[in-house]
Amino acid sequence: MTMRCVLSVMMFFLICSFLFPVRAHAAAYDTIQVSNPFLNKTPVAVPAFKALTGTPAETDLGANAHQILENGLAFTGYLKQVNPNAFLADPSQTGIRMSEIDFRDWNGIGAELLITGGVEQKNGQVKLELRLFDTFNTQMLKGKVYTGEPSQIRRMIHLFCAEVSHALTGKWGVFASKLAFVSTVDGNKEIFVSDFDGHNPTRITRSNSISLSPAWSSDSRWLAYVSYAGGKPDIYIRDLARDRVTVIDRDGMNITPAWMPGKETLAAALSFSGNQEIYLLTRQGEMIKKVTSSWGINVSPQFSPDGGKLAFVSNRSGSPQVYIKDLGTGEVNRATFQGGYNTSPAWSPDGKKLAYVGIEKNRIDIYLIQLDRGPGMPVQLTRGQGDNEDPSWSPDGNLIVFTSTREGQGPALYMMTAAGTDQRRLMKMPGRQTQPRWSGPVTNGE
Amino acid sequence: MNRKLGIYVLMAVLVAGLFLTASCAKKTVVSDATTIEDQAKTAADAAAEAEAARKAEQERIRQQELQEEAARKEQTVKARTRFLNQHIHFEFDSAQLTDTAKALLREKADWLKANPGTSIVIEGHCDERGTTEYNLALGERRAAAAKQYLQDLGIGAYRMTTVSYGEERPLDPGQNEAAYSKNRRAQFVLK
Repeated sequence: MTMRCVLSVMMFFLICSFLFPVRAHAAAYDTIQVSNPFLNKTPVAVPAFKALTGTPAETDLGANAHQILENGLAFTGYLKQVNPNAFLADPSQTGIRMSEIDFRDWNGIGAELLITGGVEQKNGQVKLELRLFDTFNTQMLKGKVYTGEPSQIRRMIHLFCAEVSHALTGKWGVFASKLAFVSTVDGNKEIFVSDFDGHNPTRITRSNSISLSPAWSSDSRWLAYVSYAGGKPDIYIRDLARDRVTVIDRDGMNITPAWMPGKETLAAALSFSGNQEIYLLTRQGEMIKKVTSSWGINVSPQFSPDGGKLAFVSNRSGSPQVYIKDLGTGEVNRATFQGGYNTSPAWSPDGKKLAYVGIEKNRIDIYLIQLDRGPGMPVQLTRGQGDNEDPSWSPDGNLIVFTSTREGQGPALYMMTAAGTDQRRLMKMPGRQTQPRWSGPVTNGE
Repeated sequence: MNRKLGIYVLMAVLVAGLFLTASCAKKTVVSDATTIEDQAKTAADAAAEAEAARKAEQERIRQQELQEEAARKEQTVKARTRFLNQHIHFEFDSAQLTDTAKALLREKADWLKANPGTSIVIEGHCDERGTTEYNLALGERRAAAAKQYLQDLGIGAYRMTTVSYGEERPLDPGQNEAAYSKNRRAQFVLK
């Protein structure tokens, strides 16, 4: 049965390849993937929250929580919020419970999902009641009550966003994840860590030199980065929990650290031998083994999510291109073929796609290749809007954070869906922000 | 004949006149004492003058030496400044030394030979096109290419270290080819 199924699928592709032999070559870059969930978003209605005991303070807290919820839902990538002008009902007046809702009011305006919220303030504590409804099947998909200090409203809302994500996709989404990035402070590049949406940026380095290339360990405990604090580029490995640092400062440069998924093992480019090669190292900087052996530049290693492969950048063919090494067999294959300058590889969390930076006609943009379909045409994700660099995937694989100069005032952090849609600025802070790195998959933390 | 006689007479008168003049000159000899005194004074003056002149000459030589020293110093400073400020430049995404770069490096090798006590840091830099991490690697190759060439010209490797700044330290913040070509460089710093 399975065999027949596989055979028929193979036949289908065979026939397709005869019917549409030139399709793959027709366009150098597909801008839109037909099968992408981000073009077919699910409409959700998010009406104003109800002040449960009716005080003005509750109304204010509710407005704040509602705003955080709206912003948070944008980080799913697959939900589209229905314009409130179309609403036929107002649950903040009529009630937020299932029995108080007429679902025809909502599915009638095309909202497939409805989220209601209520706020109660008692003894300085805030209680949030949040519900997610399927309006067509008239059922509650998730209902949660959170209690805490008013300062914890952001956290409570994001916990609920994670519940929404889990109810709809089985994945917790990005809501407990973090970003690490580089920002200038008085002209010096320093490392920062923030919430997934760029809120609460915290400065990690104070070296007043140059800090670059932050890299999260899978459990987000360790942050490796490059710093010139010692006068040359060396790798610093910081234990974020204890604020302790180990330095890898062999002769030459020690750059581009990346963590092996689930391990306290790093890949990095070191030049102590006189040539820039990629090595595997322990968290203490001890040598495990040499991964590349090719005269020239070998930098920017990135492990596949299963840890079995390593993507990296090499100029062995004469120009910078992305290569993938199978760490088991030792086989190396070139992954990028279009254009003369391709760098900064980033694996999607499912391991099937690779985002990278390409330069075409002096324009720096982000591209995507599908790895599970053999060498195919790259999809161009950014186009005609400044220079775009440093792609990094959200842990759920739905979003890509990147750097763009599109607003003309130096690079800043932006976000888009994995299909390149919904490109928008993540946050505003002083200085120039570059090299965002999204932390790995994190549990909801409940 | 008469005319010839006339000339002799005139000659005789003139000779007589000469004797007269001589006797007049002899009269000035009376005041010779003061004159001698004057002459003695002049000799002392001459000695003083000679001494002054000697001193002046010494001073002049000293000044000249100072000037030459200053000129030499200026020359040294100029050579040093040139060594530090003349960067060698590269093509986009390349660490190959151009002919101009090689000529400048030969000049730098001469300077390093003339200043054997010095040690240098060779910095490799890139323009902002290209990506941060790849440019770090490229900058190191630029610095290494310059170091290797100087080494081939006889400069001891122990006097030279390299460091790459990638695209982090542009000389010109402009976003045009003129700025980019200035920024793609190897730069020399004294340790």
